[in-house]
Amino acid sequence: MAEMWINMGPQHPMTHGLWNLRVKVDGETIIEAEPVVGYLHRGWEKLTENRTYPQIIPLSDRLCYGASMSWSHLYCLAVEELMGVEVPERAEYIRVIVLELQRIASHLMWIAAYGTDLGLLTGFTYAMRERELFLDLLQSVTGARITYNYPRIGGVRNDLPAEFERDCLRALDFFEKKLDEYELIYDGSKIFLMRTQDVGVLTPSDGMNLGVTGPNLRGSGVKVDLRKTDPYSVYDELEWDMCTHPDCDCYARYRVRMEEMRMSAYIVRQALSKMPPGPFRVKPPRNAPKRTAVARVEDPRGEGLMYVIGDGTDKPYRLKVRSPIFVSVSAVPAILRGYKVADVPAIMGSIDMCLGETDR
Amino acid sequence: MVEESGDSSDRKFSENAIVDLVRGKFPEGVTIGGIGPRRINARADRAALYKLCEFLKGDLGFEHVSSVSGVDRVDLFQVVYHISSYSNRCLLEITVDIPTDDPEIDSIAPLWGGADWHERETYDMFGIKFRNHPRMERIFLPEDTHYFPFRKDFKLWRR
Repeated sequence: MAEMWINMGPQHPMTHGLWNLRVKVDGETIIEAEPVVGYLHRGWEKLTENRTYPQIIPLSDRLCYGASMSWSHLYCLAVEELMGVEVPERAEYIRVIVLELQRIASHLMWIAAYGTDLGLLTGFTYAMRERELFLDLLQSVTGARITYNYPRIGGVRNDLPAEFERDCLRALDFFEKKLDEYELIYDGSKIFLMRTQDVGVLTPSDGMNLGVTGPNLRGSGVKVDLRKTDPYSVYDELEWDMCTHPDCDCYARYRVRMEEMRMSAYIVRQALSKMPPGPFRVKPPRNAPKRTAVARVEDPRGEGLMYVIGDGTDKPYRLKVRSPIFVSVSAVPAILRGYKVADVPAIMGSIDMCLGETDR
Repeated sequence: MVEESGDSSDRKFSENAIVDLVRGKFPEGVTIGGIGPRRINARADRAALYKLCEFLKGDLGFEHVSSVSGVDRVDLFQVVYHISSYSNRCLLEITVDIPTDDPEIDSIAPLWGGADWHERETYDMFGIKFRNHPRMERIFLPEDTHYFPFRKDFKLWRR
């Protein structure tokens, strides 16, 4: 049988952004795959070398449109480590609350997009509707829907609004009922199960070696969640469980994200009840010392890491971003090999791509 | 402290045990800079890096490369490896100095597939070549680009 290369992208409904997946097929079976990225490369890391530390916070929001809060939080965490800034406890709790709300919003957007990939348009409209709830909540805190510019070096920009706790609990109550509804829609769909179960198997050893992180790795049964294994903020003071699934396929990744949304709601409730009064921001120094710092967080998509070098001025000498999806995409050939071309949307959708952070 | 003791029971090696084992195996070529909770900083010689990584992966249970980053210090290049271990719950930072007139280092992509694209990106942005890499090509920029934009001698327009 003649083998040939097919370009899926840069404009393809499967890609969710600008990138290209070249697949080599033998008939309908994929024998080799090669992701091509770089269409959205903005030179983000170079850009930061010419901005002062506070100026980079809104820039880091633009790394990922789906989870911008967790990126600006990661940036502030790295710079706080560099400058040795102690964050007040109330600010840490506020950060955990907005981060978990962001995680729910991000996973909802993923599940909506996955619904369209696999022909479940009802799931798309439902999930997008509930996502708006959480965007409204975040808007009431930060004033913006997508790019928040909310964390600050040494705390957060403003305190929670007066009625936030009431609104948040109401939204969570409503949302948890809706989650059961999604499970009926998704797990009750024979087509969804046929297209995801036993498709896109990623073995735990492959997953670890190829650098896959986050829900994709936990879907392979590996118990790794940086909120637990390398706790930052106040995650070690809250009680919650890591969500894993042993099946290693697309369905397992879907299950992990569903469970994570429940767990995030649980974390938010706890953080709201435990949150102490007090200041929410301290004033950081203007210049960073001559040293290096590293911070890593559990982004909704995996392990986010920033490595920052200070040189005594008010601008970073170098800022390196480790994007979880950049590495997960490099592992895609190992996942795709042996499956049919028709499985590509199901497999790529389950990775939860975000091109802003991949190309930076 | 409760969290720490519960933490250590399912860990293979503590930070200090890792440092002792590395010091015993590499009396020269590797220097340990600092140890913190779940963090180790180290510097390694260019020649010792690959052997060190083999040891880390094979004997100490470092399963995952978090990142590989290039740094331009003007008079020299640096490659900074962040290698993390799930079983030891630890992040190891290795800094390697490279002369600017011979920017080459052994690739660790044959050991960890996760380092593959990070090394390609470092080559793309800094022009640091990784020996024995399966595919040492540009990744973000077009193939015919004739500069390395993250080097310090590449100035941004009007900045």
